[in-house]
Amino acid sequence: MKINFTINGINKSVEADGDSPLLWVIRDGLDLKGTKFGCGKAACGACTIHVDGKQVRSCSFPVKYAEGKQITTIEGLSGSESDLHPVQQAWMEEVVPQCGYCQPGFMMATAALLAEIPNPTDEDIDNNIINVCRCATYYRMRKAIHRAAELHANAIAQQ
Amino acid sequence: MTENKKQNQSKGVKRRKFLKYTGAGLGLMLGGIWLARNPLRRAMLEMGETTILPYQGDTNPLLWLEVRPDSSIVLHSSKVEMGQGTFTGLAQLAAEELEIPMERIRVQHATTQSGNIDGMSTGGSMSIAALWTPLRELAATMRVMLMAKAAEKLSLPPDQVTLKNGVFAAGGKSLTFGEVVEGVTDWDIPKAPPLKPRASFRHIGHPIRRVDLREKVTGAPIFGMDATYSDMLYASVLRPTHIDAEITNVDTGEAEQMPGVVQVVREADFVAVVAESQVEADNARLKIKFDHQPNRNWNLEDVLKAVTVGNGKKTVFQKEGKAVEDISGEGEIIEMEFRSPIGAHAQIEPNGAVASYQDGRVEVKISTQVPKITRAEVAKALGIDQKDVNIIPTYLGGGFGRRLHTPHAVEAALLSKAVGRPVKSFFDRIQEFQNDTFRPPSHHIMKAKLSPEGKVLGLEHQFASGDTFFNSALDPGISATVLRADFGSVRGGALIYDALPHRSTYYHVDLPFATSFWRSLGLLANAFAIESFMDELALKTNQNPVSFRLDSISDENPYGVRAKKVIEACAERAGYRDTVLNGRAMGFAACIDGGSPCAQVAEVSIEDDKIKVHKVTAAFDCGIAVNPDLVKAQVEGCICMGISASMFEKMDLKDNKLSPVIYGAYDMALMKDSPKEIDVILLEGVDYPGPVGEPPLGPIGPAIGNAVRRLTGKRLTELPLDLNQKNTADPA
Ligand code: FES
Ligand code: FES
Repeated sequence: MKINFTINGINKSVEADGDSPLLWVIRDGLDLKGTKFGCGKAACGACTIHVDGKQVRSCSFPVKYAEGKQITTIEGLSGSESDLHPVQQAWMEEVVPQCGYCQPGFMMATAALLAEIPNPTDEDIDNNIINVCRCATYYRMRKAIHRAAELHANAIAQQ
Repeated sequence: MTENKKQNQSKGVKRRKFLKYTGAGLGLMLGGIWLARNPLRRAMLEMGETTILPYQGDTNPLLWLEVRPDSSIVLHSSKVEMGQGTFTGLAQLAAEELEIPMERIRVQHATTQSGNIDGMSTGGSMSIAALWTPLRELAATMRVMLMAKAAEKLSLPPDQVTLKNGVFAAGGKSLTFGEVVEGVTDWDIPKAPPLKPRASFRHIGHPIRRVDLREKVTGAPIFGMDATYSDMLYASVLRPTHIDAEITNVDTGEAEQMPGVVQVVREADFVAVVAESQVEADNARLKIKFDHQPNRNWNLEDVLKAVTVGNGKKTVFQKEGKAVEDISGEGEIIEMEFRSPIGAHAQIEPNGAVASYQDGRVEVKISTQVPKITRAEVAKALGIDQKDVNIIPTYLGGGFGRRLHTPHAVEAALLSKAVGRPVKSFFDRIQEFQNDTFRPPSHHIMKAKLSPEGKVLGLEHQFASGDTFFNSALDPGISATVLRADFGSVRGGALIYDALPHRSTYYHVDLPFATSFWRSLGLLANAFAIESFMDELALKTNQNPVSFRLDSISDENPYGVRAKKVIEACAERAGYRDTVLNGRAMGFAACIDGGSPCAQVAEVSIEDDKIKVHKVTAAFDCGIAVNPDLVKAQVEGCICMGISASMFEKMDLKDNKLSPVIYGAYDMALMKDSPKEIDVILLEGVDYPGPVGEPPLGPIGPAIGNAVRRLTGKRLTELPLDLNQKNTADPA
């Protein structure tokens, strides 16, 4: 079937089996490789993207439900090439990634969290950031999430 | 582009062989000691604890360092980047001797075709340690070569040319790196000049930002999983779902009819579906019908029974004391048993490869820790020459030892040949869990004899475990005969408490499923047994666990001396106290691994009947920290991964089926389980860099267990630590 959606601000129309996971349409169909495959069963969060601003595990999201939706992937998280999103900036400042494979998923989950809770407590972070990082970069991630909240607040204040 | 340029550059090399770092190889080393095996066996195993395997690879600077016309330098690394920060460390070493600012250097993986091939692997936390001198010498040699060319171009003697901040100057004129190499095809490779003294380091020892940071923060397509070819097909390989069983009666009839299927390929060793998309390939593969014929029935109990001290091949590898029972005189023998489970790698990027076969040549893009071995395997399977195989390593989405054997490159290559188009073939997550090369389970008996006055008269560690190094791709095949004890499983098993009479014995057990390298190898389990027992002995003899450890290490062994400093520094930094305060207790543990001592204090409470780790303080001596921030990142990562492995993770086995096969069910530490505070201090006991990425995995498990003992009075003797576990020891 034909499915229409907006991804990172661009309108796309794709031909796919409506039941196939959105993840593979994004990765192989649209060649956006920043969204990762880790488990295919909504159990690790490596494939986290935003659908209408909410975090979604795209490996378990049938593409037919993307019809008419606004999708954002790590490639579209920041508005432009030069400006990084506050979450990415914080990730750079705290030097979070090790192997890096899980990181786009964590950054997308964090951006969605900050959109909902701009200044999350440690408990908010524990309850909402439930992706898996095998390099176990959790300690720096927590610092980066708090830092991203600060940067986010500063950015809003400046506008 | 880069590849061509490089070839051009190397073409003019006066073919002098610069192979002084090319060691004899592990096979020869083992073969050599075969003749004198008995006296040497123990020495070899103990050496495995502390030595750094030397760099084995080419030392032609032109293979490593490429000067681009824009004066940037590309470092073609034969070591792979799997998160440990090797690229950054290597860039620092090279930039230091090239006298260039860090921004000027980029790092990428060397393809096997480039000729820059590491003789060993990327593993054992040895990349920076092994390349510390060779890479600086390469860069320094390159600098001299560039100086000579600059002098030629400026028509001045080389000793009048200066190099500062990446620019050559002489007689009022200056040349950039790009200008110096322009048009140069012929290089003289001189002897390596003396290296820069420590005092003048500008990059080494500084917390330089990771060179791969931006790519990893923007989601760049850098992993094996992201590799593509145009016109590529997707494969899904049928893999065993059961251990110790043959796959029989394979019926692919229904699979062949599934949408998108291009071909079902049957090779000698496997069956695979090749389709137009990943989803179609996987869906069709799930329709393949087959049986498995188990050779015998296996359950977890059988494995645990096999892995028990007394079973298997016995090797006494530390003999500086008698067996505890043979110590004469009055006294009490204390004995405790410990166990560790089967552990999965669970790296997030699954294994797989993308291969393109054309006219007798094949190219494979893959996340691997062993490009050289993978190339040999592909060449053999396809019956072609190794020079017709190009392995293109990508960034690894986690290594942890799982990619020290990557035979799936062979599958992708054979499939590409069979269908005549490039093929991408990856495991799904279930296959990944079912076909892992696990951390072998272990069983330990710790014993000590106490005099009536409460003095420890002797200490003994006996343990049983499966293959780690044996039967791995790195094993030249004779090590089991030569060494008997698997030095991977033995890692961390030697007692560092050499002021006490001590003895260690290993039992090697054959297991019915593949076990191999898992970050830190035997250390995780061995440190748990030894350090839990040391803690128990301190309690039993009313000694402070820190001073008891300090008193138990002699001043004769240089590693022991460094370990003592680390232990003292850690206790002091943490404000270690042996009492429970406001519901929180501290647990202490230490280890020496690969020559790098590490000590940790875990601050723990019990909340809702669960263990909660609040803070971990670590002191670590890895010698020179080439990049202190990345060393700290490794320590933090080891601590959180160690919490995961020692508090949550375990595999089960029922009727030849390993489980769980998915994250979540395979319980791992998440954000909520990770300590909010991690305080790392670095010591520098030697003036060279030692292993970093594994030693800090040792102390964390026992440190938590030792804290729990103070909170509950219960000694947890099994990993993963669980307050409700049955086999606890409740010392009076
Ligand atoms: S790949 Fe989607 S949650 Fe793991
Ligand atoms: S950074 Fe490697 S899995 Fe998270």
